[in-house]
Amino acid sequence: MTETAIRKQKMRAEVLRHETLAPGIRSLELRVPELPSAARPGQFVGVYTGDGAMLLPRPISICDSGDEKELRLVYRVAGKGTAEIAGLKAGEETQILGILGNGYPVEELKNKRVLLLGGGIGIPPMLLLAKQLSALNSGEEKDQSPVITVLGYRDAQMFLREEFEKYAQVFIATEDGSVGTKGNVLTAVKQEGIRADAICACGPMPMLRAVKAYAAQEGIACYISLEERMACGVGACLGCVAKTTREDEHSHVKNTRICTEGPVFNAKYVDI
Amino acid sequence: MNTDKNNIENMPDLSVEIGGVRLQNPVMTASGTFGSGMEYSDFVDLSKLGAVVTKGVSAVPWEGNPTPRVAETPSGMLNAIGLQNPGVEVFCERDLAFLSNYRTKAAADAVGDGPRVIVNVCGHTVEEYLEVVERLSDEPVDLLEINVSCPNVKAGAIQFGQNADSLMDVTQRIKRIAKQPVIMKLTPNVTDIAEMARAAEAGGADAVSLINTLLGMKIDVERRTFVLANRTGGLSGPAIRPVAVRMVYQAAQAVKIPVIGMGGIGSAEDALEFILAGATAVAVGCMTFHEPATAVSVIDGMKDYMIRHGIERISDLTGAVR
Repeated sequence: MTETAIRKQKMRAEVLRHETLAPGIRSLELRVPELPSAARPGQFVGVYTGDGAMLLPRPISICDSGDEKELRLVYRVAGKGTAEIAGLKAGEETQILGILGNGYPVEELKNKRVLLLGGGIGIPPMLLLAKQLSALNSGEEKDQSPVITVLGYRDAQMFLREEFEKYAQVFIATEDGSVGTKGNVLTAVKQEGIRADAICACGPMPMLRAVKAYAAQEGIACYISLEERMACGVGACLGCVAKTTREDEHSHVKNTRICTEGPVFNAKYVDI
Repeated sequence: MNTDKNNIENMPDLSVEIGGVRLQNPVMTASGTFGSGMEYSDFVDLSKLGAVVTKGVSAVPWEGNPTPRVAETPSGMLNAIGLQNPGVEVFCERDLAFLSNYRTKAAADAVGDGPRVIVNVCGHTVEEYLEVVERLSDEPVDLLEINVSCPNVKAGAIQFGQNADSLMDVTQRIKRIAKQPVIMKLTPNVTDIAEMARAAEAGGADAVSLINTLLGMKIDVERRTFVLANRTGGLSGPAIRPVAVRMVYQAAQAVKIPVIGMGGIGSAEDALEFILAGATAVAVGCMTFHEPATAVSVIDGMKDYMIRHGIERISDLTGAVR
């Protein structure tokens, strides 16, 4: 993957739209005049709450990037910080820290049959990835190298599904079986007989563990996005590390910084 | 009268001296919150800082603690990183090389002395501290800060900082071999901070810095577990500031060596509290996570304060409140 030097900064962001997609799932569209570059799929930003007693920015993945100055974040209201963020109204301003993290290796995935697996709040970053992969593979290549997406939800309260359908072939798995395959994303992959050259996944840790094992068994490339409690978001505090299977180049121990070397890792190299 | 005021406006003197080393201003970064400067160089012009204090460095690489390592708390945060670091060899080759480039550049741009480099040293045993101190002897390091106060590692660190006799002993042994002036970083997790400051001074320390984090705990009531994998962690941020100001005051009353104050500094006003309480210099720690440019805005705000109050030298304010 090419390492582009993107300047990270704390920036003012204007709320363009903020709406509820499903219970507890909010979509926040921001205009960020100082945004240093377009976002890569899998990258994230730190969103500050309006409450000064909550010091740390909340890491939220980028779901879409309209033009170079717009970002869409789809997040789950999970605690006090995201509840505070959820109160932002169109026209109001907030601050974000970004753009953070590495993102998925889009170029390496060109003209490959790529399977995108999103579980729960791991679904949003897959949208920008589906969009970019679909744009990369056009014409005949598109028919030969379709982007296939499996989205896993708890129940019929789905979100972003229609938007994925613009860029990818979409399969659904629900835990309660109310829509699509009953089970998780891998149940659907196996049931539908989906084959791929590479997998990109984001979702809860048990899902990522299963996806890693599946990819190893199938012998295909697998990129997973990890999350962890973060403080600085820029690689200084070493709060958000993942265990690695080999010595990490930066830390010189078997720990890697999720905010900086990640959040997207080749599944082979992380010990999850 | 006007002329005097203009002079101050032009150049209020922010420089301070610690262990014979002149800092262009009294604002440094707190160890563990700023990496080795590299990570924040996008956000902060490092050449403006009084000093960069690095993440703790040990003789060999340390893995640190399992995750979760951090948790936010009201106006603060808990951390239990466990001093993960790549060891002193990699640190010298990579991090020190980066920082000294920065200093050279700062000097060339004639923006002042440039940031001083203060290396935070940690170890499980006295021998491990000595190994790092010795290794740094001929490196481009201005001062050493000895971490005898980290609450998150099982052996070493805080053990040396919670007993006056062992603190004096470790200070003496380090001073015997250190080529650079030595700052002993003290823990607030003691009954009598003045006694600890005196022990460091008696051991020959050139300065003391305080406070390291306060030992804390957070429990997830939904899951009925500890939030941090380490169970306990060190509390930092504005939540601890009044405790830190009080301890800096007590330490400064007890010793003649310079005191470096820290604990939740987010603005020039916060920093000035520490200076008025007796600190010669200050460090910005976890507020950098909230606002990456905090240290620089503290320096700018101090300058404004000095102009507003007609103060020529920042050192005149040290311990001015009695």
